[in-house]
Amino acid sequence: MSDATGTLLEVDDLRVDFPTRTGLVQAVRGVSFSLGRERLGIVGESGSGKSQTGRAIMGLTPPQALVSAKKLALDGIDLLAMPARQRRALRGKRIAMILQDPKYSLDPVMSIGRQIVETLRTHEKVSKGEARERALAMLEAVQIRDPARVFDLHPHEVSGGMGQRAMIAMMLIAGPELMIADEPTSALDVTVQLDVLGILDRLVSERGMGLIFISHDLRLVASFCDRVIVMYAGKVVEQLKASELREAQHPYTRGLLNCMPKIGYERHPLPVLDRKPEWAA
Amino acid sequence: MSAAENEVAAGRGSARAVAVASFIGRFLVIAITTYLGLLAVTFFIGRVIPIDPVLAVLGDRAPLNVVERTRREMGLDLPLIEQFYIYVKNALNGDFGTSVLTTNPVMTDIRRAFPATIELATLGTLIGSVIGVPLGVLAAVKRGSLIDQIVRVIGLIGYSVPIFWIGLLGLVLFYAKLQWVAFPARLDVVYEYTFTPITGFYLLDAAMQGQWDVFYDAYRHIVLPASLLGYFSLAYISRMTRSFMLNELSQEYIVAARAKGLSETRIIWGHALRNAAVPMVTVIALSYAGLLEGSVLTETVFSWPGIGLYITNSLQNADMNAVLGGTIVIGSVFIGINLLSDLLYKLLDPRTKTG
Repeated sequence: MSDATGTLLEVDDLRVDFPTRTGLVQAVRGVSFSLGRERLGIVGESGSGKSQTGRAIMGLTPPQALVSAKKLALDGIDLLAMPARQRRALRGKRIAMILQDPKYSLDPVMSIGRQIVETLRTHEKVSKGEARERALAMLEAVQIRDPARVFDLHPHEVSGGMGQRAMIAMMLIAGPELMIADEPTSALDVTVQLDVLGILDRLVSERGMGLIFISHDLRLVASFCDRVIVMYAGKVVEQLKASELREAQHPYTRGLLNCMPKIGYERHPLPVLDRKPEWAA
Repeated sequence: MSAAENEVAAGRGSARAVAVASFIGRFLVIAITTYLGLLAVTFFIGRVIPIDPVLAVLGDRAPLNVVERTRREMGLDLPLIEQFYIYVKNALNGDFGTSVLTTNPVMTDIRRAFPATIELATLGTLIGSVIGVPLGVLAAVKRGSLIDQIVRVIGLIGYSVPIFWIGLLGLVLFYAKLQWVAFPARLDVVYEYTFTPITGFYLLDAAMQGQWDVFYDAYRHIVLPASLLGYFSLAYISRMTRSFMLNELSQEYIVAARAKGLSETRIIWGHALRNAAVPMVTVIALSYAGLLEGSVLTETVFSWPGIGLYITNSLQNADMNAVLGGTIVIGSVFIGINLLSDLLYKLLDPRTKTG
């Protein structure tokens, strides 16, 4: 947290539980962190609760889930206390989210342009013509070469990289202050990943936004974020600066780091992650 | 719109024209092949069934030489392939021979009977979709709630209760007891002879001629059978809508739509239903085609002079010309509706255009 920019998001003791027939499943168990206008990475393996943390901040947990926190506040506004209607008005406007795979996260029967315009016109009273102009400008900002053409295309007619750029445009057009990117590049080709990340990075820093970058890719997070939170079994096991990731203390983080392949070294047998029950306690 | 944009739009317009032309081309090829197949099958059935058409015309007491002459006159002594050629030629001209039962050309009979069925089936499908789709959407959105259970029960009854039983009950209640609807027929006897139909759709004809008393009478006659058919297609349509909607609502683009801050109304009707509409087209088209086959039971209970009743009566009297003619007409309508739903499918789903 830096005092110069102020705290954007405060999360204290966030819990997400799912009541099931076999008992309570605790997906997130007391996660706390605060975020300024910076890039925060959340890493962890599948089922560590990193995505559910992001969705709980968005207010997009499934209806049967129980979300509680000592504090969950955006810019000082208590998110959990506000009525659903106001919470909805915040989504897209002040907090937005980029999902993993544009193939599934864009509506297949609606043109890309209309989907972008839809976000804008939900939050601002603008004329159709102005909305179109701004959507085209936004498409240009995500480095789409021929915005007027792409505007009228449908999601199946564009590549994954272009789809994810359209997704970014759709989520950024109303000018949110906080962006949650949930595995935004995991579904993309490696060569496209860096392009998309570069665009996201530039837009986030240009607009002075806060970014929560959820990923299982430790290396990517380390090179892209300012700070990193490592989650395991619904809990934060370690929180550190990205630059200090090499000096991580927690055995789980060290285990994760140890699993990363190194060029020039052959290892047999491959290292396996150690999971100790006391870390989850 | 700027000049450049106009140019782009015009370019896309001509590309679209080519696409439409090629679509119509394929449309015709498919329609013609299917239609020829239909003719071949009906011809084959007409030849293998153990009903002698000569016998059906003359009866079994005719002298042998008369039988022989008639057989020659009917072209039954010609080689099979030549018979088929004549059959196809006549069928393409709308000539399916003469009905033994009514002594009219089969086509004349069908022209009278089919509009009655179309009118009933169209109204039934309209009622079924206009009520069934929103019910299905509601059931999917409020999954597991009381509304969902109620829709489930409505659907279950629609599936499992025989239509003639519920039709008779309806008549007892709404006609005999409450007098809300008219007796089983298309019109009151008074109008039967004073009213001259144009298209054969009585509601439409009466409205076009400004005879509102006839319109009201036709309405009183059609409302009960149409509602019943509507109920039965509603049962099916609402169940299918529910399952398509549940599938769409679990997709990632719904999460994205929520993340954009859209209202639930917009998400449900603007995104989820818009996607669910693609498979719904097929469901509704098939249900409509099913009703157009003529719901024999409904037409019997309500003395509705439709194609189902006509074919059933002909079948019971071994009137093969009428049966085969009716089959061909229904088959053609089936082909038409299937192609039409294909066309709608393409309009609704952009993925089918290029894919």
